[in-house]
Amino acid sequence: MQNAIVGKPILETHDLTRKYGEFVAVDHLNIAVAAGEIFALLGPNGAGKTTAIKMLTTLLPATSGDATIAGFSITHDPSNVRASIGYVPQLISVDGTLTGYENLLLFAKLYGLPRVERKTRIAESLEFMGLTEAAHKSVHDYSGGMIRRLEIAQSMMHRPALLFLDEPTVGLDPIARNLVWEHIVELQKTFGTTILLTTHLMEEADELCDRVAFLSRGKLSVVGTPQELKNSLGDPNATLEDVFIHYATESLDADTRSTYRTIKQTRNMAARIG
Amino acid sequence: MIRFFQKTFVIAEFEIIKIFRDPTEILTRAVQPALWLLVFGQVFVRIRITGAVNYLDFMSPGILAQSTLFVSIFYGIAIIWERDLGLTHKFLATPTPRAALVLGKALSAGVRCIPLAAIVYLLALLLGVQMNGSPFALLGVLLMVILGSVVFSTFSLIIACLVKTRERFMGVGQLMTMPLFFASNAIYPLALMPPWLQAISKVNPLSYMIDALRELMTGIPGPFGLSLDFLVLFLCSMGLLALGSVLYKRVIT
Ligand SMILES: Nc1ncnc2c1ncn2[C@@H]1O[C@H](COP(=O)(O)OP(=O)(O)OP(=O)(O)O)[C@@H](O)[C@H]1O
Ligand SMILES: [Mg+2]
Repeated sequence: MQNAIVGKPILETHDLTRKYGEFVAVDHLNIAVAAGEIFALLGPNGAGKTTAIKMLTTLLPATSGDATIAGFSITHDPSNVRASIGYVPQLISVDGTLTGYENLLLFAKLYGLPRVERKTRIAESLEFMGLTEAAHKSVHDYSGGMIRRLEIAQSMMHRPALLFLDEPTVGLDPIARNLVWEHIVELQKTFGTTILLTTHLMEEADELCDRVAFLSRGKLSVVGTPQELKNSLGDPNATLEDVFIHYATESLDADTRSTYRTIKQTRNMAARIG
Repeated sequence: MIRFFQKTFVIAEFEIIKIFRDPTEILTRAVQPALWLLVFGQVFVRIRITGAVNYLDFMSPGILAQSTLFVSIFYGIAIIWERDLGLTHKFLATPTPRAALVLGKALSAGVRCIPLAAIVYLLALLLGVQMNGSPFALLGVLLMVILGSVVFSTFSLIIACLVKTRERFMGVGQLMTMPLFFASNAIYPLALMPPWLQAISKVNPLSYMIDALRELMTGIPGPFGLSLDFLVLFLCSMGLLALGSVLYKRVIT
């Protein structure tokens, strides 16, 4: 149940830290993710999950510490990091004014896919995500689940080694949610993509992730396979939710910054997508 | 370098697709310059503040520049809107150079102004303004309209990256447009201004844009001259683009 991983790491963080003024949002984070894993960052609102992902995707500079992705440092070699990753933010990231096809074409071009490959790659991605029929509809008319699948397809245009998904199922109904999950697992199987995601649904994480890490107030509490973590509670019927509660309660009431900001973001997201 | 311009044109291309999805917007934007020409111009043409030069001839290029300014200066609102959605996050996580993102968006703001310019041209023709129709002049006007909107839209992007919220941006935007417009030679000549206003006008890029448009469209020579006009606009756009590329990522924090 240690931070040790099996196989080659694709992502390693070294005392990764981010402060907002005096407030430490991510505090000396050390995690390693093996190539091909589905890995979840879990923890209560405001734990620092999104902040960690923003640093790893080079959107936010680290206050101190570093991380390497596919061998490239996020602080010293951000453009190579960007070429190696895909990212679906917590918010909406496809353009409603464009069609699904156009959204994919835009990113195929931005990622510099050769002209001859673009068409087949886009058709393949649409097919893969079950969006072929809706390809030429305006994204305004997509459902929440379709938008999420399009966003994932878009961030996979260049077949990155590592994909970041920040709350991919927030605001989705159970059917749409399952569909998104199926596609995430399928991605990992087909392309060997490593996936780092966040979610507040412990059942999802339990069922689908190879390993999970719990963050609490910016610090890593524990990391391991869902099974290991459940076993560690010493109760044979323990669920991952019990693990969550076990590690979260220490911090809950003390957190005066009760994260109006992050809650507002998540709710907006849910409202928009729903 | 080639890749840089490729990426720039990709950004511009899709922005332009989006603009033409909603052509009604262009028409509503044409209402304001039309009012200036059809109402304001019709009154002021009677007082002859421009001496021997017909006032409508004088003001038409000014109104063209003004409509470019008004469209471009609110460009930042789109930047904030994209940030609020999450689009900006995704763009910034791609290997696209920041400068290509900023320049691509600025160029699309330029394209947004072209149909507007065509409408102002047409109106001016209908009002009997004598205009130079040579291809060289038209090309010059086109270039200046794009250059001008690159300057003002990038300026707007910089403001957006600094103030970060829609409310504050609208406040600042409104605060800036009228002073920029009045402290220029758009509707009255530099020579008529009190010295302090003249001094401000001379550091206002809008004045140089209008100076060039006036000479190209109607042949009325201005105090600055075409080469200085283009040089000023070019240098302004380069400086603002450099600053905008550095600041763009700040919009998401
Ligand atoms: N730009 C910012 N300025 C100041 N504080 C911030 C900023 N962004 C985030 N924070 C704070 O940092 C902490 C971590 O936020 P973060 O968004 O990383 O949490 P999270 O784990 O993603 O939460 P959620 O599950 O609600 O998405 C929160 O307390 C939040 O209020
Ligand atoms: Mg979050």
